[in-house]
Amino acid sequence: MLEKLEQIKLDALAAMDKITDQESLLVWRATYTGKKSALMDIFNQMRELSKEERPLVGKRANEVRQDLEKRYEEKQSEIKKELLKESLQSEILDVTLPGRNLSHGRLHPTTQTLRRIYKIFAEMGFQVYRSREVETDDFNFTHLNMPQHHPARDMWDTFYTNTEGVILRTHTSPGQIHAMKEYFPEPIRVILPGMCYRYEQVSTRSEMQFTQVEGLAVGHDITFGDLKGTLSDFARRLFDADVRTRFRASHFPFTEPSAEMDVECFVCNGDGCSVCKQTGWLEILGSGMVHPNVLRAGGYDPEVYSGFAFGMGPERLTMLLHRIGDIRNFWRNDMRFLEQF
Amino acid sequence: MKVPLSWLKDYVDIDEIPIEELSRKITVAGLEVEEIKFVGLNPPVGDKHDFKVLGMPWDKELIVVAEVTEVGAHPDADRLVLCQLNDGEQVHTVLTGAPNLYEYKGKGLLEKPLKVAYAKLGATIYDGHKEGYHLTKLKKAKIRGVESYSMICSEKELGISEEHEGIMVLDDDAPVGMPLADYMGDAVLDIAITPNIARDANILGVAREVAAIFGKDLKEPKYDFLAEGDPINGQVFLEIKEPELNLRFVLGLIKNVEIKPSPEWVQRRLRLIDQRPINNVVDVTNYVMFDIGQPLHAFDYDVLLERAEGKTPHVYTRTAEKGEKITTLDGIEHNLLPHNVLVCDDKGSHSIAGIMGGTETEVSDQTTTVLLEGAHWNYINIRKSLGNLRMHSEASYRFSRGVHPAMAERGVRRGLEFMRLWSGGIVSKGLLDEYPLPTADPVVEIFSRDVRRNLGVDLSLKEIGKILSSLGFSVEIGEKSLKATTPDHRLDIDHDPIIAKADIMEEIARIYGYDNIPETRMADVLPKQRANPSLEFEENLRDLLVALGLQEIITYRMTSPEREGRRLPPEVKPDNKPYVELVNPIAADRFVMRKSLLSSVLEIIEGNLKIRERVAVFELGHIYISSEAGPLPDEKPRLVIAMTGPRQNTDWQVKENLGITDFYDLKGICDEFLNGLHIENFTYQGHDHPSFHPGKCASINVENRQLAVIGEIHPAVHAQHNFRDTPVLAAAFNLESLIESAPLRHDTVPVSVYPPILEDIALIIDEDIPASKVEALIDQTGGKTVTNVRLFDVYRSEQIGQGKKSLAYSLTYQDPDRTLTDKDVAKLRNKIVKRLERELSTELRDA
Repeated sequence: MLEKLEQIKLDALAAMDKITDQESLLVWRATYTGKKSALMDIFNQMRELSKEERPLVGKRANEVRQDLEKRYEEKQSEIKKELLKESLQSEILDVTLPGRNLSHGRLHPTTQTLRRIYKIFAEMGFQVYRSREVETDDFNFTHLNMPQHHPARDMWDTFYTNTEGVILRTHTSPGQIHAMKEYFPEPIRVILPGMCYRYEQVSTRSEMQFTQVEGLAVGHDITFGDLKGTLSDFARRLFDADVRTRFRASHFPFTEPSAEMDVECFVCNGDGCSVCKQTGWLEILGSGMVHPNVLRAGGYDPEVYSGFAFGMGPERLTMLLHRIGDIRNFWRNDMRFLEQF
Repeated sequence: MKVPLSWLKDYVDIDEIPIEELSRKITVAGLEVEEIKFVGLNPPVGDKHDFKVLGMPWDKELIVVAEVTEVGAHPDADRLVLCQLNDGEQVHTVLTGAPNLYEYKGKGLLEKPLKVAYAKLGATIYDGHKEGYHLTKLKKAKIRGVESYSMICSEKELGISEEHEGIMVLDDDAPVGMPLADYMGDAVLDIAITPNIARDANILGVAREVAAIFGKDLKEPKYDFLAEGDPINGQVFLEIKEPELNLRFVLGLIKNVEIKPSPEWVQRRLRLIDQRPINNVVDVTNYVMFDIGQPLHAFDYDVLLERAEGKTPHVYTRTAEKGEKITTLDGIEHNLLPHNVLVCDDKGSHSIAGIMGGTETEVSDQTTTVLLEGAHWNYINIRKSLGNLRMHSEASYRFSRGVHPAMAERGVRRGLEFMRLWSGGIVSKGLLDEYPLPTADPVVEIFSRDVRRNLGVDLSLKEIGKILSSLGFSVEIGEKSLKATTPDHRLDIDHDPIIAKADIMEEIARIYGYDNIPETRMADVLPKQRANPSLEFEENLRDLLVALGLQEIITYRMTSPEREGRRLPPEVKPDNKPYVELVNPIAADRFVMRKSLLSSVLEIIEGNLKIRERVAVFELGHIYISSEAGPLPDEKPRLVIAMTGPRQNTDWQVKENLGITDFYDLKGICDEFLNGLHIENFTYQGHDHPSFHPGKCASINVENRQLAVIGEIHPAVHAQHNFRDTPVLAAAFNLESLIESAPLRHDTVPVSVYPPILEDIALIIDEDIPASKVEALIDQTGGKTVTNVRLFDVYRSEQIGQGKKSLAYSLTYQDPDRTLTDKDVAKLRNKIVKRLERELSTELRDA
């Protein structure tokens, strides 16, 4: 019996070597381990064996069965591997064909830049404060230390409406007064975004309508040093962690001292290029300590409170960041422009 | 403001300061250098500049001072001359066509040689004959048979000015053979002057700043003049009628002047700053204005005498009378307003104060006696006058920003002395000086803590005092504070002590250096945070709409009624609410603030349809509606969605497009949008709106509140736009209603762990019953157990019958607490079908 078992095993393994496909493998299993196989015959004949022989043969028969089953499993996995290999080889795509067309929406570039500004200032405690676009002359000028015929009124070419004393705001600064009147005597940290209007010929560099973001901080002992720190932090967040800033004395009627902040040109790293007009610096924003008359107009006593204010143009920042040569792109809304953001 | 370094050196020693460092520091201190033009001096080496740099250096070997000793005729050409020229090394024959040498032609050896700028063979200069500035290198050439290899230069060829009429003649003391760059090499800074530093719109003003910034001494000019003529007293009378508008008026007199060109160096300085030299009297008034900042006016005294008909001329200033007119130097007649101030004599007005003189009394070639005026005019009144007269000059630019009254006297003194030196006249003794309301210069008290509080730096009183003294303030240091008296050349320090303090802080910061103030972070308490729901809502809207595939646009708020009219069919009249109208529009078709956002958006669709078939956009922006409550209009936030074209662009796999965007595409977007806002129970109702197709228009409502009107643009409106053939869909939302309808929070429904049962039912129903009714009834009857009702087919056929349609719904039954049996579902379905049959006369169609 034992010899017979060995022969069964040898035959089975020899047959297995020739097998390469799934069907033959199933036939093999039926032939060598199925109910009608020679191996099963041995199990069926066990009863006829002597008491001594029975455990020996039984043990060996089980071993053979296990060996064959193991061999079956191995073959099975070999065949599967082979099949997978074949199928992988037959399914090679041209990965360079274009992907399927999807249209997806985007925010207008101005909105995107505004959001970046909101986010940076929000982290410094500045909240958004919005106010109206069609304003009174008083809020746009007089309360901002620009009485009638003040020379500084020349800096803003104004659209006048057919209602006396009503204009389109030339900057978001009227919001400073609105915010102060609303919040007095609380400390203030706000940014004031929105659309502004100037009587200017539309060209690649200037628009009659543009967005602006101003900022205002009012409180106790707020200094020019704080202004520099806050705005330099902003520049480092918006442009580059290492960007250098420069504060230049300037003039705005509603601040004193006043400063313009330049950042080192990020296109040429300050070497001079067409973007920075060979100066190595880019003008980013105007700023200054809030003028005593402006604090007064907002209800804050300039001997008790101090503060700083600043203003910048999101379109200009977007133009610098993305090297846009023509500001008219913003309101023209050509999809070929908008889809680049 | 153009500032030649050579001129600046009159008042401050800057020899050791490199030009770029000088420019950098004054820029940071508020005198922004916009451009540096090198005129002969070497521009800094290297590529890195902080400034826009123009101009050209003069080669020291090849461009030198030379003298022309004789001017001879060219054998072959009348317009050319041959000069004998000594460059200090040898004598050359130099060919030139300069007209200013013709007068010396054939006169033999010149009595006094002419000093000129000589460019040798190989020198690089600008081509004088070409427009603009083009470099050229001197080569050997034959001109009309005479060999030429070098050149006597014009100002243009050297980059000094546009002047190319003749060669540049140097002063007689120019040393022959000296490199021209050493003799007169220069650089001109172009400085932007902001209104707060109006006092610096002159060379002395800039020099004062430079001296303060670099810790140098200012060489203040002397204002002495040599007077050897009869006293001015009695030769002219002076009167100011409106002292508030004309604080001061100073007159000086000079006789026996000979009108001729100014000295060469004066002309050159004027040309360097882009001024045209005229004659030695007019140039004085210009020169002094640019030199120290006081505009002057020169009258021909003999004309005044003539007008006075032999009596002593009487000069007075007054405001214009009603209907008065005047003709100015430029030949233009102006209608005057009552605030315009005039300078007059007994015969009438002859100039507009501080703005422009009159023709009759101006200095001419025949003038021999000059009455020189230096005055102070109220700057606000000058501004108003400039507004109504619409004219500008260098003088009015300065007067309109404020010139200190003390400068009037200084200007006249300096002017008289220059006239004497340049024209050989004799100055009358004394001045006539009317100064009825003398200006008090503010005294400001400053404490150290003010500097700490405002600038964030600690400076001692001594340090503060030093800074202010360097700017000309007289400073008195006390125990706890200092008192600074404003110098009498500036008007920008306020009389209000608190504002004056801020003014002084700026001066301290500028001179101390903005760079030297450390960056700090605010130590003050953080203000309390405030909710801003409208902004957050709008930002959320944007995100939702972008996620739905729409492109955000931002359009012009200014439009015209005609532009906006296109949103309505021709026969529909727009509402007659008045527009917010601009009185000074910049574009003829944008002179009102929009009342319709739909119009703006349709214009953008139109523009983009020129380049593509499919456009899907939204805009969130204001419209402006005149208010009855007050002068300011209501600014109402609106949202418009618009789309058109194929649903999807075709590509290499999708050969045929998936159809054209229609009402239901837009509706799908609106549904998802409102779901995204968690607005519940919104319904669509057929709606009439003139902009939309009457059969394809709906309102979206929550209870009785209308959120939006959506639909297909009316064919008549479509036709008024340059659209393609595909329908244009639009939805106009009222943002205020949206915010009111959107809940601040919403509940969720637990996700059931029990299996859902899906079942389809098809119903035949009368055509005119809207699907929404069927759905609502299923929903109501199904209760919580029917968790989803989805319409998947609408079908019409003869079999079903005329006036009927079949609606096929897929229903999802699910119980949150248990597994539903078929029996449960059948029972509920029967209930639903029965109710539909009863209430809407539907008929169940066999599946």
